[in-house]
Amino acid sequence: MKKTHIFALIIIAIAAGIILSTAGDASTYVDFTQAEELALNGDNGSIHVVGKLKKDSHGQIMGMQYQPEVDPNYFAFTLQDNNNREQTVIYQSPKPQDFDKSEQVVVIGRMEKDHFAAEKILLKCPSKYENGKLETTEFKAAKL
Amino acid sequence: MIHTAVGQFGHFFVILSFVSALVATFAYFRAGLTTTAPDELSAWRRFARVTFYVHAAAVLGVVFCLYWIIGNNYFEYHYAWDNSSISLPTEFVISSFWQDQEGSFLLWIFWNVVLGLVLIVTNRSWEAPVMTVFALVQAFLASMILGVVIPGLDLKIGSTPFLLLRESMPNLPVWKMNPDFIPEDGNGLNPLLQNYWMVIHPPTLFLGFASTLIPFSFAIAGLWLRKTSDWIRPALPWALFSALVLGVGILMGAYWAYETLNFGGYWNWDPVENTSFVPWLVLIAAIHTMIIGRKNATALKTSFILAIATFILVLYSTFMTRSGILGNASVHSFTDLGLSGQLLLYLLTFTIAAIGLLIYRWKMLPSDEEEVSSYSQEFWIFIGATVLCLSSFQILATTSIPVYNSIAEAFGVVLNLALPADQIAHYNKFQLWFFALIIILTGVGQYFWWKRAGKDKLQVLYIPLMITLIISAAAITIGKINNISYIVLLTASIFAVIANGSILFDIIRGNYRISGGAVTHIGVALMLIGILFSSGYSKVISINNSGLMISRSDEFTANDNKENKENITLWRNRPERMDDYLLTWRDVRIEAREVPGYIPKDWVDIIENDFRAVAMKDIVVDEKRYYEKGDTLEIYPENYYYEIEYREPSGKVFTLFPRVQINPQMGGIISSPDIQSKYNKDLYTYVAMVTNPTAEPQWSPTEEFTVAMKDTFFVNDYVAILDNVVRTDEVEGVALGPNDAAVKAIIRVLDKEQEFIITPSFIIRDRAIGRKPEVSEELGLRIQFNEINPQTGKFTFAVNTTQREFIVMKALEKPFINVLWLGTFVLVIGFVLATIRRFRDFVKMRDKENQKTAAPKTPKLKPQRV
Repeated sequence: MKKTHIFALIIIAIAAGIILSTAGDASTYVDFTQAEELALNGDNGSIHVVGKLKKDSHGQIMGMQYQPEVDPNYFAFTLQDNNNREQTVIYQSPKPQDFDKSEQVVVIGRMEKDHFAAEKILLKCPSKYENGKLETTEFKAAKL
Repeated sequence: MIHTAVGQFGHFFVILSFVSALVATFAYFRAGLTTTAPDELSAWRRFARVTFYVHAAAVLGVVFCLYWIIGNNYFEYHYAWDNSSISLPTEFVISSFWQDQEGSFLLWIFWNVVLGLVLIVTNRSWEAPVMTVFALVQAFLASMILGVVIPGLDLKIGSTPFLLLRESMPNLPVWKMNPDFIPEDGNGLNPLLQNYWMVIHPPTLFLGFASTLIPFSFAIAGLWLRKTSDWIRPALPWALFSALVLGVGILMGAYWAYETLNFGGYWNWDPVENTSFVPWLVLIAAIHTMIIGRKNATALKTSFILAIATFILVLYSTFMTRSGILGNASVHSFTDLGLSGQLLLYLLTFTIAAIGLLIYRWKMLPSDEEEVSSYSQEFWIFIGATVLCLSSFQILATTSIPVYNSIAEAFGVVLNLALPADQIAHYNKFQLWFFALIIILTGVGQYFWWKRAGKDKLQVLYIPLMITLIISAAAITIGKINNISYIVLLTASIFAVIANGSILFDIIRGNYRISGGAVTHIGVALMLIGILFSSGYSKVISINNSGLMISRSDEFTANDNKENKENITLWRNRPERMDDYLLTWRDVRIEAREVPGYIPKDWVDIIENDFRAVAMKDIVVDEKRYYEKGDTLEIYPENYYYEIEYREPSGKVFTLFPRVQINPQMGGIISSPDIQSKYNKDLYTYVAMVTNPTAEPQWSPTEEFTVAMKDTFFVNDYVAILDNVVRTDEVEGVALGPNDAAVKAIIRVLDKEQEFIITPSFIIRDRAIGRKPEVSEELGLRIQFNEINPQTGKFTFAVNTTQREFIVMKALEKPFINVLWLGTFVLVIGFVLATIRRFRDFVKMRDKENQKTAAPKTPKLKPQRV
């Protein structure tokens, strides 16, 4: 076998290894019920759950708990997944600054016994291209 | 009055630039075809050139019109209204130009025009085929900002920056009342981008992106004209230039992120970062194969593939960041403007055309007769290029996960794949090894390249190897490095510095001009060392170890990791111990435009929804008086700085001012770090959470206390003692007349380690009772002196409490980060040297060819080295 062929084979092997490893590391989007099943089956990999924050009539997020004077690294809230299942999420870090304005949230982490332990929270804020724009304009229009 | 003319001119210029680009494409194509009759060739070429000049003028016209609109604050235009505002300083008005998609496309178009003109002037012999590709790219880019709706089909092509507000948002009720309504002010530039790096980072990055087109165009031209190896000489200096500019652009972005964002580093493996890094890696691989491409056929073929791949990857990057396909995966991609289809068409056109042409001509490319020896320079450079490609392939494979979802969706499959939860660990797992290998290859490769090592001369490598092992062993021992992968990377980088340094030492005595490669490699090795220490040994020093915080002990012990306890809470003016430091949060400060440093927020009264404030006292900094009380001064209204005093064990005190930005465009409060740089490490501090500095405190319902002198009562969990009630002649903010009287209560409030005195006043003025409450922000208390009962001798106080002011902050140490920045400078110098050298090579060759064509019959006097 020629050296170039061996070389090509090695490259292909490494590339295949990369693809397999990427597939292995890739996380998935699931709901809380699936997350629970995964945890019960002993799968400890991190998963993504997309959910909504429940708000009361004043626009306040319900079930949110953060007391920095007691512990700045403990933040808990309730998240409702796409199947409307509600679940307590515990995030052992300070509450993200713009959390209150968020509506949709992606939590990354895994299911524990009675809660979802989030390692990371991705926030989806109302984009300036959608709501913000109209609000500002209307406000300005009203001033005329 | 609505200035419609400038927008119409702008739109006309956009259309003109699009049409002229199409015409220039066709004309240059004809001028490049071998089937065109020779007497027509020069006519086609002249026509094409003139058309491209028209295109260039049109593009300048577009740029000018958009600047005119933004610079003159014509807020009737959507683009100006959305991205600029009256209060914006000039340098940020410039950057608001490219804040949005249309402007950044325009920036790209502009650079392509500049590069195209430079090519026309410097390289006549390749003009026709190269400029065909250029003009076609310009046509595609111009179509992105065309903003034309094809009637009948209801198909919108491009998104124009010259849209009036009433055209972009026709459904607002205000147009019915007043069709000529013009907003008084714009939305302004996202405050996060109001940073000097954001003035130069985007133009640099886009110049980098734009210049990848040049090696691509030359590769295509080489295939087209069947000049399969001649294209490399003119393309190589541009490839180096492109790598320099794109690399600097990426690093500027990294530095901006380090300084402004609070994820605690300069690189986050974010998809947007990755998609600019991948083309750069491939471009570096391309440069290396191009260097040996004229000697080695395999390398030549690879050069074609990589030069084409670089540009295609830039297009892919554009598609990813601008089509909205990244969705949740990235924090800073653009929103979808409905250009996905057009972007995909752009990407696919060039991918298919370039690959098609390459396959069509593949058979014509030369092949090597014999296998390359493992002791040759070509072999080692080739291995290096391969590892670079593998590295970029790995990044691309993971970054493209959202794309797999979309592709699967198109075939009706739901994949639901997400990016790895811990992206940084995922990428580092591979990249650390790839880069250790790459950096070793730079050293070995240089030894073979300069013929210092060869088949029977491998022993020359022993000396650098020995020196490396000694230095590395010392570094590992002193630095207490015990992670095997870090040891490997460190040793590899040290080897690269030693080996390249030794080569550099030799060649710099002969001709420094050819030292670019060695210098660049040393730069990369230094960067890797800097990255290794600053990231691998980044240490959180704000570990929360006060007893109070470990209240949830079950979780604390169950998790067995303190990682989640990395933030501490600071109450105002209450010292807290952190690592070796004693920290105190003192004050909130603001930034006045004309005053150096930051001034306390209390010194001014900020005018709401404005960028000005009124001085509440004389503003004196460093004994210089800037404003008198009552003056109006310009400030940066979004930015608040938290004065955090660090007291070192030695007693030395320094202050950091991490920033908090009220940023409605980003949906809330954004914090940025402040960094104290020492020669061997950075101390990086940011506030993770604050009480909103602009929000009014929310007071609890009033509670009344009726107490006698020296009585003790409890407010907000504090012990308070009414020490005394005394007569006073002065109450701040109240003018007392001769018949008026005032008393103030002296209330002592005991906190854990401190005492606070609060003195509310009770005033009798013109026979009416006035009460002046006093607020203690530290305690979150407001006490009002309500009543004096002469019969019982008791006093009544009304007390409200609020959340005490606090911040949650995090501090990290980044050792040896300066080595990274030093490496960056070395890298830049190396690239500049290499670019200049290859450009001179090209000029020499071009002039020789020109002489040949000008006087073909003159015999050469002596053979020249090529």
